[in-house]
Amino acid sequence: MSDTILNIENITKSFPRVIANKKVTFDIKKNAVHAILGENGAGKSTLVKILYGLLEPDEGNIILNNKDFKVNSPAEARKQGIGMVFQHFSLFDSLSVKENLILGIDEKMSYSDLENKLENISSRYNLPLDLDAPITALSAGEKQRVEIVRILLQDPQILIMDEPTSVLTPQEVESLFVTLNALVKEGRTILYITHKLEEVISICDTVTIMRSGEIIDTSSTANQTAKTLATKMLGQKLDDLKTNYGHIKDEVNFEVKNISCDFNDPFLTDLKNISFQVRVGEIYGIAGVAGNGQSELMDILTGENINIKSGSITFDNKKIEKYGPQKRRDLSISFVPENRLGHSAVPELSLSENILLSQFPKNNFIRNGIILKNNVDDFANNVINEFKVITPGNDAKASSLSGGNLQKYVIGREISSKPKILIISHPTWGIDAGAEHSIRESLIELSQNGTSIIVISQDLDELIEITHKISVIYDGNLSKPFKTSEIEIEKLGLLMGGKNE
Amino acid sequence: MNSLFPSIVSRSQSSGLMNFFVPIISIVLTLITGSIIFVLLGFDPVYALYTFFISPISSTYGISELFVKATPLALIAIGLSYCFKNNIYNIGAEGQLTMGAIFGGGIGILFHDTNAFWLLPLMIFAGAIGGALWGLIPAILKTKFNTNEILTSLMLVYVALFILDYLVVGPWKDPFGYSFPKSRPFSESGRMPLLFDGLRVHFGLIITLFLIFISWFIFAKTIFGFQLKVSGYSPKAARYAGFNQTTLVFFAFAICGAFAGIAGLAEVSGPIGLLYRDISPNYGFTAIIVAFLGRLHPIGIIFASLVIALTYLGAEDAQLFLQIPSAVGFIFQGLVLFYLLGAELLINYKLTYKKLL
Repeated sequence: MSDTILNIENITKSFPRVIANKKVTFDIKKNAVHAILGENGAGKSTLVKILYGLLEPDEGNIILNNKDFKVNSPAEARKQGIGMVFQHFSLFDSLSVKENLILGIDEKMSYSDLENKLENISSRYNLPLDLDAPITALSAGEKQRVEIVRILLQDPQILIMDEPTSVLTPQEVESLFVTLNALVKEGRTILYITHKLEEVISICDTVTIMRSGEIIDTSSTANQTAKTLATKMLGQKLDDLKTNYGHIKDEVNFEVKNISCDFNDPFLTDLKNISFQVRVGEIYGIAGVAGNGQSELMDILTGENINIKSGSITFDNKKIEKYGPQKRRDLSISFVPENRLGHSAVPELSLSENILLSQFPKNNFIRNGIILKNNVDDFANNVINEFKVITPGNDAKASSLSGGNLQKYVIGREISSKPKILIISHPTWGIDAGAEHSIRESLIELSQNGTSIIVISQDLDELIEITHKISVIYDGNLSKPFKTSEIEIEKLGLLMGGKNE
Repeated sequence: MNSLFPSIVSRSQSSGLMNFFVPIISIVLTLITGSIIFVLLGFDPVYALYTFFISPISSTYGISELFVKATPLALIAIGLSYCFKNNIYNIGAEGQLTMGAIFGGGIGILFHDTNAFWLLPLMIFAGAIGGALWGLIPAILKTKFNTNEILTSLMLVYVALFILDYLVVGPWKDPFGYSFPKSRPFSESGRMPLLFDGLRVHFGLIITLFLIFISWFIFAKTIFGFQLKVSGYSPKAARYAGFNQTTLVFFAFAICGAFAGIAGLAEVSGPIGLLYRDISPNYGFTAIIVAFLGRLHPIGIIFASLVIALTYLGAEDAQLFLQIPSAVGFIFQGLVLFYLLGAELLINYKLTYKKLL
C-alpha cells in the first residue's frame, strides 16, 4: 500500500521475567498522527525502543517504505529517518541550548549554519527558543522544545514522541499540539505514545491499543470516546473512586507556617514562604510541574532536611521542624518519598528487611538492639496479604518486584502502622493501572479512618480523583488551597505555569 | 562481523549460586596461573605447588604456624567488614595495627618488670584503644571535611610506622639491646599464653574466634548491623529511615581500628615479645583481600584467612627449597584479588560482542 510508511510484522521481544511484545503487528499510515495507547507496562516503550535501534527484537520484521528496516543504534535509526523525543530529557543541564543542539546532532555543523536552520524550524513549527539560555533556566516545556528541534534538525520522516505531555502544563500541551499539527501538514508522520485517553481523541488519527504486550486493536479515532478506549486499554472496568467530605474534622493537626529554605544550588529550587494547613482526615494535594520545589519540600516535611532558613512545622501542637525522620515517626507521622528503589526501599534487601526502614513505636520490632525477626516477618506477611503484593514470599529481594507491587508494599508498610498523618510523593508514578487504582483506594480508606494525608503529585487526574483540597507549587511558591470539588482545570493549569491572575 | 572489543552489559539477574562459587573459582584460577608462572621459571609445577601449598602444612608445627598467620588476618578482616559493609573504604588497617601495638606494647614496656594477671588484659585494652583512636582520625576528617577516607587512612599508615620507628630507636630503645632498634622484652605476664607446648599458636586465636562470633551476631541479628548494611547499600534510604550516618561512620572506623589494634598487640605480645620496626608483614593490607575473599561473611573470612596465610608460609618454603624470592607470595595474593574482582564483575555483567554492519 502506498500510503503506508511503516509495517510492523510479528515483533516479539521477551525479557527474563516477562514477554514485553508478543507478535505485535500493525501498519502506520504516512502523514498522520498514530497513537500507541496502553497502561504502564503494556509494552509500548519496548516497541519504540526496537524501532529506534535501542533493543533488538527476538523475532519479526519492520518494513519502512517497502524496504526491510534493521538498525542497531539510534544513530542508524536517525539516518534512516526515524527520530525520537524521550519522556525523560537527555540534555546537559549546565550547557546552553545552542551547545546542546550542536552536541546532539550526528553530522558536523557550524554555529552559523545551525542558526540559519533554526530560524527556519522555529518559525515554521511554532518552536521559539532562546539559543543562549542555559538548560537549567528552561521550563519543562522549553526543554522538550529543545529536544524536538534537535530531532527536526535531522529532518526525520517519522517522529516518535514518548509520553510527551507528562511533564507539561495544560497550556504547554496546547502549544505542543500546534507544533505536531504543523509537522503532519508537511508530510511527516508522528508516532505518539501515551496512556492519556483525551489526547488520543483530540490529536491522533489512528490508535493502536496495547495490553500486556499484545495488540488489542488498531482503528481510527473518529468514532471513539474516552470510555470505549479505556475499556479496551484496561480490559476490565474499574470502579469510580469517590471521595467524601463527611469524615473531615475541623481540627487542624498539621500546619506548615512560612517555611523558607535557600539551597544556593542552580539545580535545586529555593522554597519561599510556604504555608498550609491540613485537617484531621483530610487529603491535601500539592500539584505542580516537576522541578518546582516538590522534592525539596518533601525533604523538609519528612525531616531528611532540617536546615531551614525560617518557618515552623506544627503537628499535634508540637513544633517538629527540627526533628529528624525517626523522631517524626515516633509521633506517628509516616512518609513515602517518590523514589522506591534506593529511597523508600533498598533493592538489595528482602521484603522483610525493608520493613525495618520505617519503624513506629508500637511496632515492637527491636528489643535491646536485637531484631525480633518473627515480629518483622509477621508484619511483612501481613502487608503482602492485605495489599495483595505479588511475590514468592517475604524473603524475596525488593528488586525482584515490579514497580507497582513494590509501591503497594511500601505504602502498605506505612499504612499498616496506622499513622496519624501520611505524607506521600507521587504515589502512583510509573505503575500499572490496576495497582494505581488499589493504591488510591487505600489512601481514601485511610483518610476515612481519620488519617490526614498530604499528596504531592504531578498527575492532576490523580489529585482531582482523591484529594479534598489542592494547592499548586510553582518555583518554590505554594498557592492558596482550592476545594477540589469546585476547582477549574483551567485555573490550575495557569497556576502550574506560573500565571497567578 | 563482530567488533573487536566486547562491551559490558549488566545481567538482568545475577546467580546466587555463582556468588558462592566466586571465591573458589578465583582460587582455582590462581593455582592454574601460578603453575604457568612456575613452568616459565623452569620448575616442575607439581613439585612447586606441592612445596608452596602442601609441604608447609604437612606437620603439626606447620599447621600451628598457619594459625599464627591466619589469626591477625582474620581479626583485621572481620574488623574491615564493618567498614566495607558500610561502603567505607578504610585501607589503613596496617596503621591501626601499628598504633595498637604501640599503645599495648607501651604498657608492656612500662611494666616490663611486673608480673601480674592484669597486665595482658590491660595491654589488650590499650591496643584496642590505640587502634580505635587511629581509626577515628579518618572518620572525623570524612564526616567533618568530607575528605576521602581511602587517602587519609592510607597516609596515616605511614605516620604510624614512623612513630613506631622513632620510638624503637629513641625513647623506647632497649638499654641493654646493643643499640638495635628494638624495645625491652615484655615480662612473662605481658605475653600471649601459648595454646600448646612447643607450638607458637597463641591465645590471640581464641580472642579472634570470639570477636568473629560476636561480629556474626551483630551483622545477622542486631539493628546496628542492619543500619551498617542499609547505609552501605543506599545512603538515601538510610537517611529516610533516620539512621545517623555520622555515628555509623564513627562506629565502623572505631571497631575496625580496635580489632586491628588488638591484632597488632597480639602480634607483639605473642610471637614477637617486644616492639621493633617490622612487626607486621603487611597484615593490614593483606586482610583487605581476606575480607573480600571471604565475602565479608564471618565464616567466609575464617576460610579466606587460612588460604591467604598459606601464601605467606608457602612463600617462605619456596624461598628455602626452590630459591624463589619470597615475593612470589605477594604474586599469589595479587592473583587471588585479581581473579576475585574479575569473577565478581562477570557475575553481575556479561560481555557481548556487538555486530558491526
